[in-house]
Amino acid sequence: MAEYQNIFNRVQVHGPVYAGVPVASSATGRAGQPIVSYWLGKIGDAQIGPVYLGLTGVASLIFGFLAFEIIGLNMMASVNWSPIEFVRQLPWLALEPPPAELGFCVLCPLDQGGWWQMAGFFMTTSVLLWWVRTYRRATALGMGTHVAWAFMAAIWLMIVIGFLRPLLLGSWSEAVPFGIFPHLDWTAAFSIRYGNLYYNPFHMLSIVFLYGATLLFAMHGATILAVGRFGGDREAEQVVDRGTAAERAALFWRWTMGFNATMESIHRWAWWFAVLCPITGGIGMLLTGTVVDNWFLWGIKHGLVPAYPQVFDAIQDPALMSGGAQ
Amino acid sequence: MTFAMKMAVAFCVLVGGLLLFTLNLPQPDHIWPLAQGTQLGYRGTGMQQVKSVEDLRKAADQIPDPFPAVSAEGPRASEVYENVHVLGDLSEEQFLRVMTVITEWVSPEQGCAYCHDENDLAAERPYTKIVSRRMLEMTRHINSDWTNHVAQTGVTCYTCHRGNPVPTEIWFKDEAPTKAVYAGYSPNGQNHANEVAGLTSMAANPSDVFLTGPSNPRIVPTTALPAKGSGLGASIKDAEDTYALMIHLSDALGVNCTYCHDSRSFMSWNESSPPRLTAFHGLDLVRDLNANYLVPLQPEYPAMRLGPTGDAPKANCATCHQGEPKPLGGAPMVQDYPELISAQVAPDQAPAEQPQAPAEQPEAQQPQAQQPAQAPAQQPQAQQPKAQQPAQPKAPAQQPQAQQPKAQQPAQQAPSGEMTPQQQLMQQQMQLMQQQMEQMQQMRQQMEQMQQNQ
Repeated sequence: MAEYQNIFNRVQVHGPVYAGVPVASSATGRAGQPIVSYWLGKIGDAQIGPVYLGLTGVASLIFGFLAFEIIGLNMMASVNWSPIEFVRQLPWLALEPPPAELGFCVLCPLDQGGWWQMAGFFMTTSVLLWWVRTYRRATALGMGTHVAWAFMAAIWLMIVIGFLRPLLLGSWSEAVPFGIFPHLDWTAAFSIRYGNLYYNPFHMLSIVFLYGATLLFAMHGATILAVGRFGGDREAEQVVDRGTAAERAALFWRWTMGFNATMESIHRWAWWFAVLCPITGGIGMLLTGTVVDNWFLWGIKHGLVPAYPQVFDAIQDPALMSGGAQ
Repeated sequence: MTFAMKMAVAFCVLVGGLLLFTLNLPQPDHIWPLAQGTQLGYRGTGMQQVKSVEDLRKAADQIPDPFPAVSAEGPRASEVYENVHVLGDLSEEQFLRVMTVITEWVSPEQGCAYCHDENDLAAERPYTKIVSRRMLEMTRHINSDWTNHVAQTGVTCYTCHRGNPVPTEIWFKDEAPTKAVYAGYSPNGQNHANEVAGLTSMAANPSDVFLTGPSNPRIVPTTALPAKGSGLGASIKDAEDTYALMIHLSDALGVNCTYCHDSRSFMSWNESSPPRLTAFHGLDLVRDLNANYLVPLQPEYPAMRLGPTGDAPKANCATCHQGEPKPLGGAPMVQDYPELISAQVAPDQAPAEQPQAPAEQPEAQQPQAQQPAQAPAQQPQAQQPKAQQPAQPKAPAQQPQAQQPKAQQPAQQAPSGEMTPQQQLMQQQMQLMQQQMEQMQQMRQQMEQMQQNQ
């Protein structure tokens, strides 16, 4: 009776640790003797390892480390190598892309964005190598490549804002700086510079998919936990063989909103919502500055912007009257 | 009782208790600074001003009582005193009144000696005398040529100084942050901890970027689509600089972005509220003051008054506003001191008709050209002929030279009729000052005679 759902696993299955299914071809093989962790078993599988790094994994880590070091050392240099200032000002410190005057220079001077180019190149290489790894490990296990393509959706957005947009506009200065506050300030300034990104329809779609994905995840997680006592977490079997758990879950949603996803389709819903968030976002970014310069005015042009009654006395741009821009 | 029921009861008690606790405290603002919002624009558009209750309760700065008005008649200050350049058009009484009130506003503790060599008031030293003369010219310039920003409210020395010899809200160029060779690109001192730009990593000193000379903070395009052949337009870095400047404005005036802008389009003038126009002229005003008055004073200052890079102290929005949308709550202090608006005309040279006081001008939208013509009209008191002969005021007991003929004060002309204790004190100070000045002049005449005799 007094049963409630816990955020922790209530069941930990302990068997002998195992290396996993055999793999046909592998350059380096799996590394490490698996161990069991009771506390990690509370939130996931209790078995830790083995790890498969392989060639792409090792290369990815090396490039990632290079990018991380270039960013960190540049931040350190910007406070003249003071460890105390580095810690105190860390949220403000940045590695900036080249200034607008340099356009889309191939090899910018190091202190004029050259370090940023290097860090960006190494980071992108690292991420792409990691993508190759997720793809190849999936095929090695005979799985589909859904994870790799979902990851690619995020990489698409990253490459759009860091490379494709600057390339199309001919200026590295459009790209994002590395840094905690600096990249947030870039985001705010970006929206202001392009006349309010909220009027960008692809930004709207991206937000829909972002919030939609979290909503779907909450609904799905809650549904499965709620029917866990009937074996509802055995979702794969219930896709083809509905048991009482699947029936109850489906009936719950039909009762409450008239329609229900299935044990299979809910995962497609979730995957597409998650993947479309960065895909639509990337499209919206790519259109900004290249084909649309001011999203608010674009919105007026296309009937997107509501008109409100004039409350204030109308004012005019004084620069138009005096002839000079302020 | 099951566990779930116990939990439910505990939860209800907790929530109910909290609810009762809040109901019991109608004004819990002593716990945390609650915000108070005022709707300005159309409903649902977010056009509202948010003030913390703490700010609202903070009493407006004590605005000094106006000094009693004095006669505009008699010889001009430039005839009576030596080396009077800016205020030479005043009557002697007016001149002394302004000198006294400046001391009240700017150097109440240091006194006359802050700007004058006490042994020779006419001497061109100390440096503060040269600076303050330029400040007087600047004040007249603001009040007569910048009515599109200061309207008839105007400014006085007190607007910025507030009893401090050096205004509290001034700024200098920052030393560039020390960076090692080959550190990445960080223009305008950005990407370092700074409070001016609201704890962001944007331009550390937006005043330096925008307020020292001609500059263009406009970064949002005015066409929906990129204009052909116009290049890339403003960069995102430019947008950050402008954002930092706007943070300074918001901070200096104690207002939200929505005081001037509709946040759905910062650029659009149709969407903006009238204060944006005033602010526009304000930015031009600060640029004018820095470029033509404050920066050129650099050679006059001693090193201790200069910034870390040796530049002169400069003004930005906060220098006058000091956290208020209108400095000193919009009190039109300058109306009591027409000498600070423009040059004065002696009554016998004034136009024959008695001019009317101008109508209330609440907003700063009249063209500048009107101002000089209006200025004389604003001092009806000062232009009245001195009909009433005031009673001889009580000379302070410790002053044996009370027999000077010029010691009378036209006390009846105090605008409020009755003098507050503060005004009486001011009047006494003025008399004292006048006596000292006369003594000094007598001494100087004696010395000159002695020199001639030799």
